[in-house]
Amino acid sequence: MHNHQSNPECPNPYLPHPARIIRTLPQISDHLLFQMKFEGKEIAKSFTYRPGQFVMLSVIGTGEAPFSISSSPTRQGIVELCVRRIGHVTNSLFKLPPNSLVGIRGPYGNGFPIEQLEGNNLLLVAGGLGMAPLRSLLGYALDNRTKFKNITLMYGARNPDDMLFKYELLNLLDRADINCLLTVDNDESGIWKARVGVVTELFDNLEIDSSQTYAAICGPDVMFRFVLKKLLERNFSKDRILMSLERNMQCGVGKCGHCMIGYKYTCLNGPIFTYWDAINLPEMI
Amino acid sequence: MKIVKLPKKNFAEFINRLNIFGEIHAPTQRRDGSYVFAPVRDCSEIALDCTRTILPLKKYFFKPLEVMFNFCAERGYQIPHREADKKYIIFGVHPCDIHGLKIIDEVFGGKYIDSYYFARRSNAIIVGIDCIPDDFCFCRSTGTDFVDTGFDLFLSDIDDSYLVRIGTSIGDDIFRAADSLFHEVEKEDREAYKRKSVQRRENFQTEIQLQDLPEIMDLEYESQLWQEIGDKCLSCGTCSMVCPTCYCYAVFDELNLDVSSGQRKRRWDSCLFKDYALVAGGHNFRAERSSRVKNRYFHKQRGFVSQYGRPSCVGCGRCKAYCPAGVDILEVVKKLRSEIRA
Repeated sequence: MHNHQSNPECPNPYLPHPARIIRTLPQISDHLLFQMKFEGKEIAKSFTYRPGQFVMLSVIGTGEAPFSISSSPTRQGIVELCVRRIGHVTNSLFKLPPNSLVGIRGPYGNGFPIEQLEGNNLLLVAGGLGMAPLRSLLGYALDNRTKFKNITLMYGARNPDDMLFKYELLNLLDRADINCLLTVDNDESGIWKARVGVVTELFDNLEIDSSQTYAAICGPDVMFRFVLKKLLERNFSKDRILMSLERNMQCGVGKCGHCMIGYKYTCLNGPIFTYWDAINLPEMI
Repeated sequence: MKIVKLPKKNFAEFINRLNIFGEIHAPTQRRDGSYVFAPVRDCSEIALDCTRTILPLKKYFFKPLEVMFNFCAERGYQIPHREADKKYIIFGVHPCDIHGLKIIDEVFGGKYIDSYYFARRSNAIIVGIDCIPDDFCFCRSTGTDFVDTGFDLFLSDIDDSYLVRIGTSIGDDIFRAADSLFHEVEKEDREAYKRKSVQRRENFQTEIQLQDLPEIMDLEYESQLWQEIGDKCLSCGTCSMVCPTCYCYAVFDELNLDVSSGQRKRRWDSCLFKDYALVAGGHNFRAERSSRVKNRYFHKQRGFVSQYGRPSCVGCGRCKAYCPAGVDILEVVKKLRSEIRA
């Protein structure tokens, strides 16, 4: 074996870079927004990403897991991860004292095809934790507002207490440059001022030119299927429907094999796939 | 490509001369009759009649278990000191295994280069040798019964001698360091090679048609066959461990007793293991054994074609030879093609 790959100078792609948790912002029950900053000055400065990409986060002594980035690359210096406490790594992450050291490597995956999206309308449809990756795209689009035509956000949660980024999103209701449609399935408290109902009902009065729009969907399977139906009824091309997928990932760089779906690695070819990809890959949705 | 002749009477001396280039490893026979790649001191230990070793070459470069990092709470992750650059000569590698190595090279290379793998890989000299297939071999069907690259030297048996192809610059150095042992190839050697080639071809008892298998697999995606194999399969992962092109691994952290430092390790994994596609929260994308079996066949024969332009099976026959449940890839392919009834 005598080629460039034997170069000992090549960096170790699995090495987590030290990063510090500078703030944790409570979201809903069992969900925290972690704000992290790289310790190394160089990487802190050079680290950039596309909305929809993910990082591998290491909790020292516990392990490593993939997390989609919730912040926008337009806000440099801080990486935000919205995390649900659900497994081995996240349990440890939630127990870390303030200012703890963690490891981050990435960004990985394709992310949203931003260049393709620009110049079009954007329709973001989120359910539950699906808002976490879409918030990056939303932030990017709002910070580059002139590059996009109409922006519509549809976000549904079970009830007001289950809505991620609630106050941030409520602030968008009054803005003229985004059509922000927030809905909850139920509101027993009676204080919810926005809509009550499922996300798909938001399509009823929506005027949208599907030939000039990209739809990005992220949420539970059930929601996905219903939203998909609505989009196809409105003649969305299968290439203009984008979705973010979750799989077991242990390397993030197309080696360990775990995130394989049919013919693709979620970590390299995804996690953003078009609906056309989905139809062609077995066991994808 | 330069081809020279090594008379078999010089073979022992040739192996001795190899020693200066690194530690020689070659197929050796164990007491139970099985073969393994192991260090050898002289040529008497080399099992030249070996058809297949239990494990392929990947064990040298992609360790069954290895430390990726040392970690501690204060300093994060550190790359362990690299083992001294020990040179290996791996002698007696069959064409299927050389093809297997080329496939793993491609997977561990690319945009993100696996530094652990290539640190070892770049220190190995590969000396290939041709072989006579047994009834498990189907490398002719997979197009991997012959190699053009991927070796430093390659020996072809022509009865009294070996014809030696010189594949790389370091291969040429080895030849030059022992050039008194070699002769020029003459007319009768060329004829002997051709006779041997026919003889070898006639030894293949097994042939399967793989060319349009990806399309047939798409057509048979819902086939009852997957359930049948799933019922038979034990999910033991043996086929993955012995496969020259299976590269999946699992990553895990191990804490030291001080509870503040430890090691991140990786070990060989198998897509047939139950927790392979399990995600946090408990959802398992392939909870059924049949779906895991199907995934394995799809990845090898269908997915890999889309990703890398060729199937990742090299026809070595190990998965069939070592499966404790008797799952037979040749039978699976024939059933998929309805050449035999499911």
